Amino acid sequence: MNKYSVHIHGWLLLLPAAALLALFTHFPAVATLYHSFFSNPRKGREAAWVGLENYRVMIDDPVFWQSFANNLWFALGTIPLSIALALLMAVWVNGRIAGKAFLRIAFFTPTVLPMIAVANIWLFFYTPQYGLLEQLTSLAGLPSHNWLGSRDTALACLVVVTIWKEAGFFMIFYLAALQGMSPNLAEAAAIEGAGRWYFFRRVTFPLLMPTTLFVLVNAVINSFRLVDHIVVMTRGGPDNVTSLLLYYIYDVGFKFWDLAYASALTMVLLALLGLLAIGQFVFLDKRTHYQ
Amino acid sequence: MNAAYRHDGYAHALETLGAWVLALLWIAPLIYAFWTAFHPPEFSTRFALSAPLTLVNFVNAWNAAPFARYFVNTIALVTMVLVGQLVICTLAAYAFARFAFFGRDLMFMLVLVQLMIMPDVMIVENYRTMNALGILDSIPAIGLPYIASAFGIFLLRQTFKTIPKELDEAARVEGASALQVLWKVYVPLARPTYLAYALVSVSYHWNNFLWPIIVTNSVSSRPLTVGLQIFSSTDQGIDWSIITAATLMTSAPLLLGFLLFQRQFVQSFMRAGIR
Repeated sequence: MNKYSVHIHGWLLLLPAAALLALFTHFPAVATLYHSFFSNPRKGREAAWVGLENYRVMIDDPVFWQSFANNLWFALGTIPLSIALALLMAVWVNGRIAGKAFLRIAFFTPTVLPMIAVANIWLFFYTPQYGLLEQLTSLAGLPSHNWLGSRDTALACLVVVTIWKEAGFFMIFYLAALQGMSPNLAEAAAIEGAGRWYFFRRVTFPLLMPTTLFVLVNAVINSFRLVDHIVVMTRGGPDNVTSLLLYYIYDVGFKFWDLAYASALTMVLLALLGLLAIGQFVFLDKRTHYQ
Repeated sequence: MNAAYRHDGYAHALETLGAWVLALLWIAPLIYAFWTAFHPPEFSTRFALSAPLTLVNFVNAWNAAPFARYFVNTIALVTMVLVGQLVICTLAAYAFARFAFFGRDLMFMLVLVQLMIMPDVMIVENYRTMNALGILDSIPAIGLPYIASAFGIFLLRQTFKTIPKELDEAARVEGASALQVLWKVYVPLARPTYLAYALVSVSYHWNNFLWPIIVTNSVSSRPLTVGLQIFSSTDQGIDWSIITAATLMTSAPLLLGFLLFQRQFVQSFMRAGIR
């Protein structure tokens, strides 16, 4: 190959992917910012430059602030629990345990099912009066409770569904990491007389740190991305207590057709994801210590 | 945890119990759905061993909405997305792995941006784009934003980089062009990665919902997930037996595929997750 053909070949091979990425990732990110400074086009009137008007509306919009707060609670509820459960599941199915194959299938199955479909099942589970949960609580003699219809429990119900859906997925990454770990470590530790919990705390867990970071980043992204079950189970209600940012964007953009305001709201989501990207970049060199 | 640690005594028994309780909890919703779907409606919330089995819920669900068409749409969608991804990501990954072209590192960074800013969150602008292209309410509109997949490019690049350069050079000496080398050397050696990526991609797009519900507006383009949502949210008199039957129907191909190829699925997700 001559001097230029490397460049020509490289760029030609990259071109289709680069064009599609530019059209559906980079351009939209910039266009979102641009459109957030405009009003919606009305009949016979073009979209007009309104400067920061959409952002001013946002600051005064209680539903936006509520969705933002809900999203933080949702993240706080789903991330630590799903990661902890994933780790526990992985340790279990990596060791010697009766019915290992069944356990693996059981933990992983929610991952392959469509969220929209399983949300229907969970909706039935939470249904007042004749849902399974109600039947169980009434057997225990507890008073009837509308789990999804009550302001106090609706978001927690969605958190449970999300943890159920995600933990098995994260388990896989821990399982892969555990299987890649040298058995010599455990043997040496056992000879030295280290207890199993001690070994986990001082050896296994630190060695799993890169995996934990990877799973953490995914869990954070998912907490801003997963809203399918909200569409099925609560539609953001009651009183917006289950409205998350992306769900609110969907509501504003495609139910009220206020795309200009939806663009401004999307900028908040992009800013959050950008912060996450920077955070990951900073953490990246810590990760390499372990590799 | 490991062979070095003997599992015996109460602690181990307790752990086994814990694992089984959690596993049963984890599949309980699915078992519940199976119970409701395969029994007459009067048993949907009543558990009796004498309850007769029936397929009538599936027949009713199938006849109540154009599920056949939704199945066709979803299969067309996942096929289009997968074929597009495989071709486009292979070419890009090959460029990143083996061509030191001008601007490579910068371009790679720009590709990785998509790992964070996924098409799932760009719904507003992508809707505008599809509108401008005049392809709203079509299957390509659902799939296009996902075809250049940063994840796919990243995964294949990692795999291609592990392939010895000598193989590449040997093929070149025999006069093979860049594309021939890719096709004859790299693609065959990356087969496990392709399988892994394909399983992840198919299950992702079979299950995808938010973007499809935004861009589609008619039976001819709706995938299963959207069809199921419209079916179960319109007034069916909330007949849970029919809704759960429809729910199981839409998940059945993935569920069956997963149970049959369980090992490959788990290994694929593992492979795809190792970075």
